Amino acid sequence: MKVLVYQAHPGAPHSEANKAMDVATDAVEGIEFVDLYATYPRFDIDVEVEQARLLRSDAILFQYPLFWYSTPSIIKEWQDLVLEHGFAYGSGGDKLTGKIWSMGITCGAPEEAYGAEGYNGFALRTLLTPMEQTARLCHMTFLPPYVLYGALAKREAHGLSPHAEGWRRWLIALRDDQVDLTKAGACDVIQAEDLNEVIR
Amino acid sequence: MTGFLMLVTVFLIAGVIAVPLAARLGLGSVLGYLIAGIAISPILQWLNVDIIQIQHFAEFGVVMMLFLVGLELDPKMLWAMRQRLLGLGGMQVSVTTILIAAIAMAFGLQWSVSLAIGMVFALSSTAIVLQTLNEKGLMQSQGGQGSFQVLLFQDIAVIPMLALLPLLALPEVAEHATQVSDSHGAHGGNAHGEDGHDDHGSMSLVEGRPGWQVGLITLAAVGSIGFIGSVLTRPLFRFVTMANLREVFVATALALVVGIALLMSLVGLSPALGTFLAGVVLANSEYRHELESDIDPFRGLLLGLFFMTVGAAINFGLLADNFVLVVGITLGVMLLKAGVLYVLARVFKLAGADRWLFTLGLAQAGEFGFVLLSFTVANNVIPQDIAQIALLVVAMSMLLTPALFIAYERLILPRLIDAQEQAADEIDHRSKIIVVGYGRFGGIVARMLRQIGEQPVLVDYSAKQLEALRKFDVKVFFGDGTRADLLHAAGIEDAKMLIIAIDGKEQVTHLTEHVARHHSHVHIVARAYDRPHVYDLYQAGAHDIIRETFDSAVRAGRSAYEALGIHPFQAERLAQKFKKTDRQLLVATASVHKPGVPVSENEDFIALAKELNAQMEEELQGAKAGFGIEGADGWTPPPAKIAVDTPEEKD
Ligand SMILES: Cc1cc2nc3c(=O)[nH]c(=O)nc-3n(C[C@H](O)[C@H](O)[C@H](O)COP(=O)(O)O)c2cc1C
Repeated sequence: MKVLVYQAHPGAPHSEANKAMDVATDAVEGIEFVDLYATYPRFDIDVEVEQARLLRSDAILFQYPLFWYSTPSIIKEWQDLVLEHGFAYGSGGDKLTGKIWSMGITCGAPEEAYGAEGYNGFALRTLLTPMEQTARLCHMTFLPPYVLYGALAKREAHGLSPHAEGWRRWLIALRDDQVDLTKAGACDVIQAEDLNEVIR
Repeated sequence: MTGFLMLVTVFLIAGVIAVPLAARLGLGSVLGYLIAGIAISPILQWLNVDIIQIQHFAEFGVVMMLFLVGLELDPKMLWAMRQRLLGLGGMQVSVTTILIAAIAMAFGLQWSVSLAIGMVFALSSTAIVLQTLNEKGLMQSQGGQGSFQVLLFQDIAVIPMLALLPLLALPEVAEHATQVSDSHGAHGGNAHGEDGHDDHGSMSLVEGRPGWQVGLITLAAVGSIGFIGSVLTRPLFRFVTMANLREVFVATALALVVGIALLMSLVGLSPALGTFLAGVVLANSEYRHELESDIDPFRGLLLGLFFMTVGAAINFGLLADNFVLVVGITLGVMLLKAGVLYVLARVFKLAGADRWLFTLGLAQAGEFGFVLLSFTVANNVIPQDIAQIALLVVAMSMLLTPALFIAYERLILPRLIDAQEQAADEIDHRSKIIVVGYGRFGGIVARMLRQIGEQPVLVDYSAKQLEALRKFDVKVFFGDGTRADLLHAAGIEDAKMLIIAIDGKEQVTHLTEHVARHHSHVHIVARAYDRPHVYDLYQAGAHDIIRETFDSAVRAGRSAYEALGIHPFQAERLAQKFKKTDRQLLVATASVHKPGVPVSENEDFIALAKELNAQMEEELQGAKAGFGIEGADGWTPPPAKIAVDTPEEKD
């Protein structure tokens, strides 16, 4: 599969988790990697270029820190502009049919915070339903996100490398069609320790 | 010499007193001039001045006016209105002529005399009507356009009339007339030249030649106007602008108009028509606004003089003796002309206020009537005594015209408010933008405006630049955009925005001051040279002040950040932060700015700038300590502990 990763972090200088993921995936070959904030520092997203990227890819991934239960704003801007009617959805909008749509998300809060009992009140997947429904409307296959919980605590404890290493494995597995899509699709979210089960 | 100075002084003072007074009373400048003329007629008589001769000289104002009218009309527009020109104008002239001639015959005049009088009275006053329409801003209305078309046709119709009139000559007045032509001839300054035939001193290229030669010469003359206008003027003006002296350009413009008038006179055509054609040819020229603003003062002065001579030439003795007759004929003529105009307006679908403007505006006889009268007398067509009365009628009707315009405004318009509002919808709604200075700066602004479909009026003073731009089909008007009259010609009165993109610091400030004071409705975007200039422009009243190098320098700084390996988005943020800080500094130091004093010599400024800089440095360093990198405040997560314990932490 041709894998396309959109990375988005507006505060690149003080990123730890996402930076570790970048470093780990830097050497992975055959993957298209786009730093959205570096490509469009003034948000002047080039729709034609972006649509061409989508057309030549089979799996589209967004890698970002969870900000206010959602994406950093440039990903929203990207969606608003690139997923055009007649391209991604609506009449004639079948260009993305069958592609995989997924995310790699780092969350500051620990896992317990997500859910009815946690202080974040909802399960992460519930909070991600806009992404999931977007994939559905555009005839794509939504794959559960690869998630790091408690990113802030882990970065203090220098515990980021398992996650970053896992991200590398995950991307390579996607590239080489090694992911058991049925199994992976059945997960809520995928964390580093789940990888053995979903990768063949 | 003193006599001449005396004369000039009398005319000038009369105009200077009467016109503002008339304007104050809402009577319009034309009536002011006419009254001034009447007022000074005793002085002129005492000075023994030949008013008619001055009038012939002043008629050149009409020639200039038609040149200016032509400048506003490009050939396409002229072609588009050909039907109305011929229909409306042709009907007005022919029907009015025939009716007046018929009535004159009914009063027992000979048919040839009647026909000549019909022609004399059929013509209206281009000078008064166009001046008034322009003054009142009615030129673009339907009624104004219709009036213009009729006037233009009349100006053209004068030519065949002058050809026809001699055929109507009466043998019995011939003898009497030789004396008249002696006293009336030989005034060389005659601008209209139509009566040049009786001018002993005048020259002609066509007199005494066979018809086919006359035809060829005439064609060649008209053709040469086209040639001069479209081919010759550009290199000529470019050559002249190299001297970079305004008066040389003015002289060239005058030479152009006078020269064409002369050429037309030489071949026996109307100079007014000739210069009008020259104007039309130049309507698409980039020198148009400059020509307009250069010729306009002369036109104004000469027309003013012309109106004064009309007032002064009224022969009060004769008028007193024939008062009832003259007033009766005048009213009769005006009523009849108005009737014909009203019917034509109906036929040509002018409605409401426009119909009345057309009807009342053109009801007078005009300055071409004077010309025809002196010509008919000279050619023994009309006996002297009848011509004298007719002359009074023409003058009288011109005197009454401003009153008709006032009646239109005060009595008719208020009742037709609805119709008027409808008409207003037809006015072009496109916003008007003037860009002064079409160089590296203004060029970019203009291109951006064109991107959204605006067609800004571009003005630049560099002929070289113009030449280069022509190659790209960019239309730029030549002229010094800092001059008030040029701005006027470019349409500052109804402009929405002025973009000042010229180089000179002082000039930008002065222009800003001028426009902010006199055209407060105009939004001014001004190019500032440096920081102190920003303050000057702010005080001058500019709405948007753009430092000419600031944004590009900030971008260069941003590129440097990126090249240093700073993430592009951070580089962008840092650049924005720099801009913001700089702006704060600009506002903070405004209070200590002293106009005209360089910042390096302004102690207060230096002290404050130092203080503010130190303050800002401190803040930035603080930022570094707190967030890790200067300027990148934002998207910073809370410390790990708080992130985990957020809810508890709050209690
Ligand atoms: C503006 C902002 C909003 C955030 N919102 C959330 C949130 O809704 N849920 C959460 O778990 N963490 C939230 N965080 C914490 C980030 O997700 C966390 O800092 C990030 O995942 C760490 O990755 P990094 O080291 O690559 O920056 C937020 C952080 C910021 C700066």
